[in-house]
Amino acid sequence: MSSAFFLRRFLLAIPSLLGISVVLFTVLALAPGDPFEELTLNPNIPPEVRLQLRASLGLDDPIYLRYFHWLFAMLKGDWGFSFVSRIDVDQLILQRVPTTVAVIGTSQVIAILIAVPIGVLAAARPYSLFDQIANTLAFVGFSLPTFFTGLLLILVFSIQLDWLPMVYQSTVRETGWEWWWVHIKQSIMPIMVLGLFQGASLVRYVRSSVLDVIKLDYVVTARSKGIGNRRVLVKHVVRNALIPVVTLVALQMPIVFGGAIVTEQIFRVPGIGSLLITSILANDTPVVMGVTFVFACLVVLFNLIADILYGWLDPRISFR
Amino acid sequence: MKEQDLRTMIEDVRAGRMARRAFIRRLAAVGIAAPTATMLLSHAGVAQVASTIPTTSRATKRGGGGAVKVLWWQAPTLPNPHFAVGTTNQDASRIFYEPLAAWDADGNLKPILAAEIPTRENGGVAADGLSVTWKLKQGVKWHDGRPFTADDVVFNWQYASDPATAAVTAGSYKDIKCEKINDYSVKVIFDKPNPFWADAFVGATGQIIPKHMFQDFMGTKSREAPTNLRPVGTGPYKIRDFRPGDTVLADINMDYHVPNRPYFDSIEMKGGGDAVSAARAVLQTGEYDFAWNLQVQDDVLQRLERGGKGRVQISEGAGCEHLALNNTDPWTEVDGERSSMKTKHPSLTDPAVRQALALLVDRKSIQDHIYGRTGIATSNWVNNPPRFRSPNTSYEFNVDKANALLDRAGWARGADGIRAKGNVKLKYVYQTSINQPRQQTQAIVKQACGRAGIDIEIKSVVASVYFSSDFANPDTFPKFYTDLQMYNTGPGRPDPGVWLQMFLSHEVATRENKWQGRNVNRWISKEFDDTHAAAEAELDPVKRVALLIKCNDLVVNNQVVIPIVYRPGVSGVSSRLKVNISGWDSNFYDLADWFIA
Repeated sequence: MSSAFFLRRFLLAIPSLLGISVVLFTVLALAPGDPFEELTLNPNIPPEVRLQLRASLGLDDPIYLRYFHWLFAMLKGDWGFSFVSRIDVDQLILQRVPTTVAVIGTSQVIAILIAVPIGVLAAARPYSLFDQIANTLAFVGFSLPTFFTGLLLILVFSIQLDWLPMVYQSTVRETGWEWWWVHIKQSIMPIMVLGLFQGASLVRYVRSSVLDVIKLDYVVTARSKGIGNRRVLVKHVVRNALIPVVTLVALQMPIVFGGAIVTEQIFRVPGIGSLLITSILANDTPVVMGVTFVFACLVVLFNLIADILYGWLDPRISFR
Repeated sequence: MKEQDLRTMIEDVRAGRMARRAFIRRLAAVGIAAPTATMLLSHAGVAQVASTIPTTSRATKRGGGGAVKVLWWQAPTLPNPHFAVGTTNQDASRIFYEPLAAWDADGNLKPILAAEIPTRENGGVAADGLSVTWKLKQGVKWHDGRPFTADDVVFNWQYASDPATAAVTAGSYKDIKCEKINDYSVKVIFDKPNPFWADAFVGATGQIIPKHMFQDFMGTKSREAPTNLRPVGTGPYKIRDFRPGDTVLADINMDYHVPNRPYFDSIEMKGGGDAVSAARAVLQTGEYDFAWNLQVQDDVLQRLERGGKGRVQISEGAGCEHLALNNTDPWTEVDGERSSMKTKHPSLTDPAVRQALALLVDRKSIQDHIYGRTGIATSNWVNNPPRFRSPNTSYEFNVDKANALLDRAGWARGADGIRAKGNVKLKYVYQTSINQPRQQTQAIVKQACGRAGIDIEIKSVVASVYFSSDFANPDTFPKFYTDLQMYNTGPGRPDPGVWLQMFLSHEVATRENKWQGRNVNRWISKEFDDTHAAAEAELDPVKRVALLIKCNDLVVNNQVVIPIVYRPGVSGVSSRLKVNISGWDSNFYDLADWFIA
């Protein structure tokens, strides 16, 4: 793997990011509506105040002018400010990162922790009872949308049993162990909803990947040499079967930062997903632009990382 | 009861020949509600125009109430009252900032930072209606310990009226002048006699920010003020933490200017989510103590209330959900503009058709089956405060009568069952925003119209487009590119004067004014223009009420709009919490008095 390869990949990323930003900006600018819904209905706000506001936010300028304003400001590190809260976009996003990473990140970790062992065991004995149960649950898991499982969990654990809170608080007053306890209690439901959903599809992926490898000749050779079943599975099968899974997980990492719009909305988790959806609903273009652009950058970045990881894990397909 | 009788009685009370209570009883006997009666007295100078609603708090010391947790399904984004787009931010600001006076549920004034409510008697309100003098409460301190004075009040006028600040409160401040008389009194001067003088510095838009924190951040720099996000006010709570789009945390202000207030040690205002789960968190699980604006179907609310953890509290409001009739032709384009003033609607300009439509809106069913307690069937455009409610109108649902009217006017049924005259067919497009109760209402109206030979095509538009001032979009309500449309609008204050401007001839929304005119129905009536002008210049409150009621009657009897239901405020309150909520002010207008009994 040469430095020329890295350089080429980085240089390729620039036009694709520029292209993405043009498309995003145009789509957002062409979308109808503006952030002043409540102002329009208030008779005590004269129309000229509304026009003044539109003009002061630059909403009346032609689209290409607005794009270049945005682009040059962005290159200087100025992300613009939210039309609704008048706070800088980068601050707004940074504020949401810890909660997002904590909740979505944990759910990803849980998804992996559940999916890998179950997938491997299910593939080790295909069509056994365990495999069939695992398969059924996996199908149920990824067929149920998160808004349904979320509401179901709220109904059972908050309303019927009254064990867990249904509203996520980002500002917890308690300190020390109490702080951890409150956080764990309120995170259980959103993490479970997301973790099970992600985990379910991952189980299927791990299983089929292990099944592909387990039939290969070298595994048969290893077995015929008299190596124990457990060792064959862990040392020879899983290691090779997980290569595509690792890539898949790497490609899913941007989601950790992008947040989960539906789940965050249901449990009122103040993550990046809920920032994105409220900004979209309020036509708060700079924030939508900021969040989606960060997301696009992450996708490009993790694609690069996945490529590198792939080469590192499997030297056969490394770039020469 | 005639105006003359009323005046004689008011004089009797003033002279002491009749007791106040007797007066209120006699008015109640002829159907005038107590708040209206007291308002008449106070306007006539018999007593102050002051709130008569008892305070909820019986606390005998400050603090000790623990934390109160409130839930808004929109999230607070900016606690600066001058930039508060919408009620959520006004409410978030109101935790920290206060106006000179607040509007109570009856539409009366309660002094907050004012020492007293100005009246004609105490010399506060000038006889010519050109100025009002506010005396400020002394000894009030900002959260950082600096004293609150007249300089702060004058500064707020300068700040909000500067066009470069782009404050959303500019409407209340741009046409007035404000002068400091001494450290504790200010004079507000109007350019013409103003019967509704209690606008600047009053209510949700009248919250006052400190000069010493904001004076360096006026005009274009207003966005950079650090205090925008860390408010320093005079209110009952001080900022502890603010997370934009999520939570406001505030702790008790131990130097608050009202003795023994507030009762709670801290307040947490959480935002986001949706109305149904907010209702659930208060009424069913009891996780939160208060939830704002529960726009949820009433049967759902009733089911949640059975949980016993909380109750629904209704506050009078005046928002009117109505069917608007287009006076111009939305299907003919003149100079690149549809619904142009150069056209006339081919069928909706016929009074018989308008009357028939009014008969075909089944308001009672709409209340009973859709809105319940959250929308009351009405025949009036102006419904609240009660003193402005017209006794002269009524509504009826009668398909036979509508059919008879249309037959008589020559609209005959064609082979397809749709009425027509010449080549004009009674076919209408009826638009509104996407919102379940609205789509249900559309269905009810469509069905009844079908029975009378009027064909209705239903259209619904996403709210953020429909209610935007985006003049490039054809689907906004100000453009009104359909025959009928339905939405909710209200005066936002306990006086319909400004709100009724939306029927004035010179306010017509056209391409020329980028559809920013308020008159989206494009109705032209000299009689209405004159009556409204007379009302806005009338300083005698009794005569003014009569004129505004006449405005209402003109709008209703000409079917410019067909009122459907008026929508009171709906809050969820935990069963232990005692609060006063006003439909005329911020939800937190009485926050310092919130109490647990």
